Amino acid sequence: MESGPITGPVLTDAAAGETPLRPTDLSGVPAKPNPALAAGELDGTFWRRFVFRRPLTALILQRLGLSVGLLFAVSLMIFGGVEALPGDFATTYLGQSATPQAVENIRKDLGLDRPWSERYLTWLGGAVQGDFGTSWASKNSVSEQIGNRLGNSLFLAFFAALISVPLAVGLGMLAVQFRNRMPDKIINVISLAAISLPEFFIGYLLIMVFAVQLGVATFPATVYDSMTLTERLSAIALPVATLVLVVLAHMMRMTRAAILNVMSSAYVETAELKGLGTFRIIARHAAPNAVAPVINVIALNLAYLVVGVVVVEVVFVYPGMGQYMVDAVTVRDMPVVQACGLIFAAFYIFLNMAADILAILANPRLRHPR
Amino acid sequence: MNVKSIPISAWIGIAGIALAILCAIFAPVLAPYGERDVVGEIWMPAGGDFLLGTDNLGRDLLSRLIYGARTTILVALAATVLSFALGMILSFAAAVMGGFVDQLFSRFNDLMMAIPTLIFALVVLAVLPQHLWILILVMAVLDSTRVFRIGRAVALDVAVMEFVEAARLRGEGSLWIIFREILPNTLSPLLAEFGLRFAFSILFLSTLSFLGLGIQPPAADWGGMVKDNKDGIIFGISAALVPGAAIATLAICVNLVVDWLMKRTSSLKGGRGDA
Repeated sequence: MESGPITGPVLTDAAAGETPLRPTDLSGVPAKPNPALAAGELDGTFWRRFVFRRPLTALILQRLGLSVGLLFAVSLMIFGGVEALPGDFATTYLGQSATPQAVENIRKDLGLDRPWSERYLTWLGGAVQGDFGTSWASKNSVSEQIGNRLGNSLFLAFFAALISVPLAVGLGMLAVQFRNRMPDKIINVISLAAISLPEFFIGYLLIMVFAVQLGVATFPATVYDSMTLTERLSAIALPVATLVLVVLAHMMRMTRAAILNVMSSAYVETAELKGLGTFRIIARHAAPNAVAPVINVIALNLAYLVVGVVVVEVVFVYPGMGQYMVDAVTVRDMPVVQACGLIFAAFYIFLNMAADILAILANPRLRHPR
Repeated sequence: MNVKSIPISAWIGIAGIALAILCAIFAPVLAPYGERDVVGEIWMPAGGDFLLGTDNLGRDLLSRLIYGARTTILVALAATVLSFALGMILSFAAAVMGGFVDQLFSRFNDLMMAIPTLIFALVVLAVLPQHLWILILVMAVLDSTRVFRIGRAVALDVAVMEFVEAARLRGEGSLWIIFREILPNTLSPLLAEFGLRFAFSILFLSTLSFLGLGIQPPAADWGGMVKDNKDGIIFGISAALVPGAAIATLAICVNLVVDWLMKRTSSLKGGRGDA
């Protein structure tokens, strides 16, 4: 940690508001969380003062800005990168034997004759307002389709998260408690196996056992608007179980590693050596330090969950975003692919950002660069 | 290191990998029928002439499984080796040169990693024509981002050590420093990472094939075989589960070996706990 006079005014917001600021004198002092911030995009003195007064808010705003910038770069990559790749949409779309005239017509029809920068700007402008254009294959509005399906996918992911998070953290703690003894070893072997199972294998295995042989679950997991909540829940039971199994092992292993990392640190050893009880060590010394990594683990796995939805939806014929995207990829329906890609990437980026911010909030040490 | 110190779990893993590789190499000798020959009725049960039954077109499942080992392992291995070559060269170059090159590579890598791998692959494969080498290339490039990150971290750790400094001061070039100073000292963690990437490649390739975007029929590969036979599940026909189990077994075997390699690395470093 830095010395008192440097950290003092930064950490206490109220005190910082009362003390008169001397930005010119302080410019060289490493009081601001990140020296690079001073050269931020905002007006120098204003931003500097803001960073000085509200370091935490400034840090969070910076992360937020970074994510938006990243998302913008990703959109450029999804659109521009795809343009730069060899292969002409029109030719692949019509097949190799298409006449040049037909290719020309379809290019004009889809607006491919315009320069790509112009098309990118139109696309991005629409995407910001929630309009992703029309599908090439079905001529329907992409946004309308996504609006219906995104809710379904989030419904699925939400329940999977609801079950897997407490289970994973609990099992991870159990494994730490019985470290290198039988329960830990059993959990370790099973989770190692579970990590290696492809999502579709788990899915079909569950279908085989629970839907076909026992007849207690439904397959395919079709949902429609007129279903009641209980009907929906029973329909998504198997996909949720699959997602939980997929994400549980990862989350549990990472939780175990994070807690073990804390438990093997010097201050826990000190606490052990001075004779504190196990419970007191965990509650007073280990837990406050383990919260940040565990929150991080959870957020990262939720990001993973959003992507894991793709395969599970295909397996269970569930009308969500993932299935929509895979179907679009097989017929090379680019507006749909790009829209879905952007939305998935957005979820991924913002969940990662949430992990970052939560870690900063939970662990004050991360607020100061080393 | 001696043979006795290898734990039983690692032996199981090694045996499984060896079996799969044997199947891959000697596929034409081992397989009772041809890869693409229709030899019986559709979805015949296991037993009799067909040890594992037949698939959705009446092809022998065991034969396709053995030929599938060939395709799956070959493509996954090629992608892993390529991704490692790419990731290692770029990450070591970034670590050794530092400055602008390091910033450029690292920021671009961050950008690539900001998009989930599967989503990125779906977007790219929607545009590119379906060829085997393109599939391998896409898998390798996407995977190399992970290799880059770990390679750079490991190389940076080693690059500041005294012997690298000494080599630099006596005037060795970047290539010498990379291949003669850094690489030998980073081999153990990188070997574990290679195994991890290989397991991931197998799963990723199978997932792509399962989604119909990987290896194209009629060539046999494990993920594609699951896709071919998935409609049988509703009728209680387990043909789709057999190749799925093969993928899972191979991935578990690789992970068992990796687990042992990682434990070995961390115990070499010494330290409390096994985190």
